[in-house]
Amino acid sequence: MTTTATLEEGASAATAYAEDFEHFTAEHRGEPAFLSSLRHAAFDRFVALGFPTTDQEDWRFTNVAPIARGRFHRAAGLPKVSAEAVRQHFHPDSHRLVFLDGVFAPEFSELSALPSGVRVQSFGEVLRTEPGRLEGVFARHARFEEHPFVALSTAFASDGAVVEMARGALLEKPLQLLYLGTASETVRVSYPRNLVRAGEASQLTLIETYASLAERASWSAPVTEIWTGSGAVVDHYKLQKESTAAFHTATLQFYQERSSNLFSHSISVGGALVRNDVNAVLDGEGAECTLNGLYVLRGSQFLDNHMRVDHSKPHCSSFELFKGILDEKARAVFNGRIFVAKGAQKTDAKQSSRNLLLSRQALVNANPQLEIFADDVKCTHGSTVGQLDEEAIFYLRSRGIGEDAARSLLIYAFAADIVERLKPEALRHEVEEFLFHRLPKGEVVRQAV
Amino acid sequence: MLEIRDLKVSIDDKAILKGIDLTIRPGEVHAIMGPNGSGKSTLAQVMAGKEDYQVTDGSIRFLGQDLTELDPEDRAREGLFLAFQYPVEIPGVSNTYFLKAALNAIRKHRGLPEIDAVDFLSLVRQKMKLVKMDEALLHRPVNEGFSGGEKKRNEIFHMAVLEPRLAVLDETDSGLDIDALKIVADGVNALRSPDRSFLVITHYQRLLNFIVPDFVHVLLNGRIVRSGGKELALELEEKGYSWLEEEVAASATA
Repeated sequence: MTTTATLEEGASAATAYAEDFEHFTAEHRGEPAFLSSLRHAAFDRFVALGFPTTDQEDWRFTNVAPIARGRFHRAAGLPKVSAEAVRQHFHPDSHRLVFLDGVFAPEFSELSALPSGVRVQSFGEVLRTEPGRLEGVFARHARFEEHPFVALSTAFASDGAVVEMARGALLEKPLQLLYLGTASETVRVSYPRNLVRAGEASQLTLIETYASLAERASWSAPVTEIWTGSGAVVDHYKLQKESTAAFHTATLQFYQERSSNLFSHSISVGGALVRNDVNAVLDGEGAECTLNGLYVLRGSQFLDNHMRVDHSKPHCSSFELFKGILDEKARAVFNGRIFVAKGAQKTDAKQSSRNLLLSRQALVNANPQLEIFADDVKCTHGSTVGQLDEEAIFYLRSRGIGEDAARSLLIYAFAADIVERLKPEALRHEVEEFLFHRLPKGEVVRQAV
Repeated sequence: MLEIRDLKVSIDDKAILKGIDLTIRPGEVHAIMGPNGSGKSTLAQVMAGKEDYQVTDGSIRFLGQDLTELDPEDRAREGLFLAFQYPVEIPGVSNTYFLKAALNAIRKHRGLPEIDAVDFLSLVRQKMKLVKMDEALLHRPVNEGFSGGEKKRNEIFHMAVLEPRLAVLDETDSGLDIDALKIVADGVNALRSPDRSFLVITHYQRLLNFIVPDFVHVLLNGRIVRSGGKELALELEEKGYSWLEEEVAASATA
């Protein structure tokens, strides 16, 4: 028995989406020509690429056959949910857009207090009212030619967030984009599409939350495109805590102009099969990006973080720190590609992947890829895979701390390095609470940190 | 307080301790001296419950309990403390918070309520003075980036906060300059009381000028070959270990 789809199976699985695309095209008949031709081109590309197989270098460790074999359905309208259950995922003191199975839910959203120069709408609303605004913006940086799921998203994108920050605009409170999978009896697919344009010297904090209201299978395939104008500062966070039966394939596409600063933190604790493609293009001198991540996996969870940073111009910096905690039979991939273009002198690129394996069956593949075509650069990468330090455990125990608590304390300390960097308090608190609940004797840890 | 009878310990089938007898009563300070490789640190680690060692024979009774039956944390909760020869650096775990968790684990075991943050802070401040510790070290991760002397002082600080019944100091003096040595010794002396005992393991007599022991034992090749009062330490200082080694060899062949 083989669990890997062949190329042919991958292609035929793709054609199964053709019928739905026909429905979708009919539903979106009024769209401007640039959009429908973009969607058709993207869908054709998806069919041509098919579902990836492990024969392909970028998917070598990531077997998406369970997604290719699945039958998923887009939500037709807003599902019924318990308001209380939805609210549990709210960050207080934030602006908020809420989506249920990928569909914008205005009654849970909160955009009443946006300052001037900040425009936030649902993608669906923009499609209905001013689709022309998307021309030359939508799918500009997230290229679908080489990525089947970006192609699929481009074909089916119908909801998400559109954020425009005027020159110098400042959004002080975070904007939370909350994507919730519901207890729908039908297995859902959603293609959240977020477009952020942070104008010159603007500043915002964006939090993407992906969660499930029930332990159901689903597939979310979000694409987030963020453009940072000169001198803009964007704090981006993504918390993926969906059901352990969920599939999640996400692309984060960052495009940075001169002297802009982007901090992106990706926390992944949910999902059965998760693939994150994170691409940053530093295309203006002095641009800087920080891409950090933490994943905490167990059972048979699988996560692939596929990073690519393009240093296109001189004097840019990129810093990547990813930490993973894997228990039981969990598996993770870290693929970190750094590309330094000819002429991108004085590039400073650091990449570090650190993993803690808590069981003998847990597995990590870490693969740094440096392609450097400039000669005056500083590029470093490092990767570690290790276990808990037994000497440290004994030391803690010898002071009266129980074995479970000692282990949990050390695991927490390993994660804290990333958790402490989460600036929005509500998010940091949420991740801390997750760890206290996940770790044995978490109450001792809670008290000790 | 502590009764060790005919204790034999191996690591990887190699015998390290070959029959130790030692009795420590409440309030007493015992010193164990011996050359490198005599088994001093093994004794300390076995008492604290390090799993790498196998107790092949004999017994360790602490406050009437068989110590070898207890997990390391339960030994600590019963009142045993080991000041490590090489304190471990633990990145990411704050020195203070860790100590609070340890203290509360011990208090809980004894049926006492958890200490609140305010009381804990004033306790910590008071104990810090004892070892003249820089307050900055409280907020740093446990031992991370501490100098050798700071690590040793931190051990004594932990001991002062946890208030054990029996403290084992494993070469706490090694690598310390005379000023640091005095600080450590002052810290220990301040904690001496009629119901608290100490086992001071050292290579050098120097520490014993400052922590004056009631008994001195010489450990050679896994056995206590001589016990006496504090004057035994001075004799060792003068003559070295070789005269005892020769005596032991002579009596073995006799």
